Amino acid sequence: MEQAVGPLSTHSGPYFGEFGGRFVPEALVAALDELETAFHKALADPSFGAELARLHRTYTGRPSPLTEVPRFAAHVGEHVRVFLKREDLNHTGSHKINNVLGQALLVKRMGKKRVIAETGAGQHGVATATAAALLDLECTVYMGEEDTRRQALNVARMRLLGAEVIPVTIGSRTLKDAINEALRDWVANVDTTHYLLGTVTGPHPFPEMVRDFHKIIGEEARAQLLAETGRLPDAVLACVGGGSNAMGIFNAFLDEPSVRLFGFEAGGRGITPGDHAARFSGGVPGVLQGTRSYLLQDEDGQTIPSHSVSAGLDYPSVGPEHAWLHDIGRAQYRPVSDEQAMEAFSLLCRTEGIIPAIESAHALAGAILLGAEASTWAVEHGQEPILLVNLSGRGDKDVATAAAWFGLVDDAAATPTEGEQL
Amino acid sequence: MTGPVVRSQTADRLDGLGRAALVGYLPVGYPDVPTSVEAVRALIDNGADVVELGMPYTDPLMDGPVIQHAVDAALRGGVRVRDTLRAVEQVAGRGAPILVMTYWNLVLRYGVEAFARDLAAAGGAGLITPDLIPDEAGVWIDASDEHGLDRVFLVAPSSTPERLVSTAAACRGFVYAASTMGVTGERATLGSGAERLVADTRAAGAAHVCVGLGVSRPDQAAQVATYADGVIVGSALVRAVTEGVQDGTGLDALARTTAALADGVRSAVRPGVGSRS
Repeated sequence: MEQAVGPLSTHSGPYFGEFGGRFVPEALVAALDELETAFHKALADPSFGAELARLHRTYTGRPSPLTEVPRFAAHVGEHVRVFLKREDLNHTGSHKINNVLGQALLVKRMGKKRVIAETGAGQHGVATATAAALLDLECTVYMGEEDTRRQALNVARMRLLGAEVIPVTIGSRTLKDAINEALRDWVANVDTTHYLLGTVTGPHPFPEMVRDFHKIIGEEARAQLLAETGRLPDAVLACVGGGSNAMGIFNAFLDEPSVRLFGFEAGGRGITPGDHAARFSGGVPGVLQGTRSYLLQDEDGQTIPSHSVSAGLDYPSVGPEHAWLHDIGRAQYRPVSDEQAMEAFSLLCRTEGIIPAIESAHALAGAILLGAEASTWAVEHGQEPILLVNLSGRGDKDVATAAAWFGLVDDAAATPTEGEQL
Repeated sequence: MTGPVVRSQTADRLDGLGRAALVGYLPVGYPDVPTSVEAVRALIDNGADVVELGMPYTDPLMDGPVIQHAVDAALRGGVRVRDTLRAVEQVAGRGAPILVMTYWNLVLRYGVEAFARDLAAAGGAGLITPDLIPDEAGVWIDASDEHGLDRVFLVAPSSTPERLVSTAAACRGFVYAASTMGVTGERATLGSGAERLVADTRAAGAAHVCVGLGVSRPDQAAQVATYADGVIVGSALVRAVTEGVQDGTGLDALARTTAALADGVRSAVRPGVGSRS
């Protein structure tokens, strides 16, 4: 199963070390083979790359800016510089659009007419609904019922864009269950339908393909940071649910040993099973939804429900390439609690005027947690350490959650009393 | 595929019938563990020739709503993997090979070799693995050879001729032909795809091919029994149990449904295979 490693940044599936693979019903194998062939043909075809680049430039708004955030950095540590890669400024408000446009162009090439997707926080669902509208594809989005409640605004956005949103009412009613429903739909409709999977997990070739559509994040950030500072960052930080934004930014730095890579996963309310989604600190390798990776599971192998204040991070497994990077020691994965994430969320709002997605706030909290550690890195090269944080999405969708968390909604003031005219 | 010659409990049973088999699926622990064991006994006593015993799993992505609901209830009721092994022990030896239907992570977590050992010790015939294709099954192929267990992989209408050959070669017991693209559940019509898939799978080298997904009525079972070595029924049996859960008549309903399906299977005339028995 082991492959020759070569440069880490070009490593291909189906296996990443002992992780990855294709643990799927036989009915899907032909479609996965078709997808793999179409993807590799597209990569070799300059017209595909040109069309995707055109869409990124004229539709997504790439390159996304790199923003230095000194007032936030002052809370991280003395003499630490922090730069944010602004994926929040992409059309649809997150990095998800990078992958969605790539896969949607592939769908057109494969001659399929319909896409299905799963979504947790709604960012991937909104991006998929957007690309479907743009490229005239029928679109169905599965979303756990619990998440449709937490992310009602995104449900409305998807419906405005013409997508059918189906709340999933079985199991934990979150992202994992939405993926099961999408897989069931795909098995039944694979002739006409593409499963536009939203992160770097699932069966081969999804982890490799989704990473390749997101690696533009790291490539841009690397060039922008070099232009701005003349050197590479000391550390790259990203939040990790399935892990697509993290893999996208890590990729450009995987073969630079001087660059430390940190993934921050949802530590939730604490270490009790069911209270977090920290797969690396609380999980063991197993198989879920087509791939072998770290997995929150009980002693029987049943998936343990996970929790995070962020609907986008409460997935019980993680992309197989992350599992591999963890095991070979190339990247470090640490948990961030709900509370730490929300403090960082608030801090970025107040110091820089940027409302981040709660997912991304986990990476910001990670920067604060690294603080003192980062300050010591300065000794290594006699310069201020540079942290590059991927701001994977913006917080519009999370305003209701944040307002409730911080007690910003005054119910009495919002509800007129009897006879009162506002 | 070369390897040790392992005798197959299930293939022996299919060969001994001289007609198509009724393969009945029920999950362990639904509505509770003791009743589910009674239900399997009722299944065998009313004409099931082979049993497919489901291990409840939190993420049963090949199953439709009837089975999803049942395994969800079983898990909420506290069913454990070891309950399946105990159930196998309690129903083995009644004339119907007991194949465990399981999603792969449950076996992986238990330990593939340990699970094979304990399943064989309990009298089980082997495993049906809906989310494990032979390409990923090296460890299980070795363990099943070591412990003399059947291994049933699936083929689907989308399987290429090459995959039919490799999957047929990897299977022992029978090849599970998915009648349609989709998940488990009752369907009004099966179409002609299933018959073609069975013929193609036989041509690819399979000695025995059973058909599942969508078969729920005696007339459908009779139709499938004319061309397949076995007719696999799940959701219709689980639904019978479900309908009787409230008033305690689930086992009666299950017995009636099983007997009707068994009659359907037995009524089939199989052109050209009469000389086999």
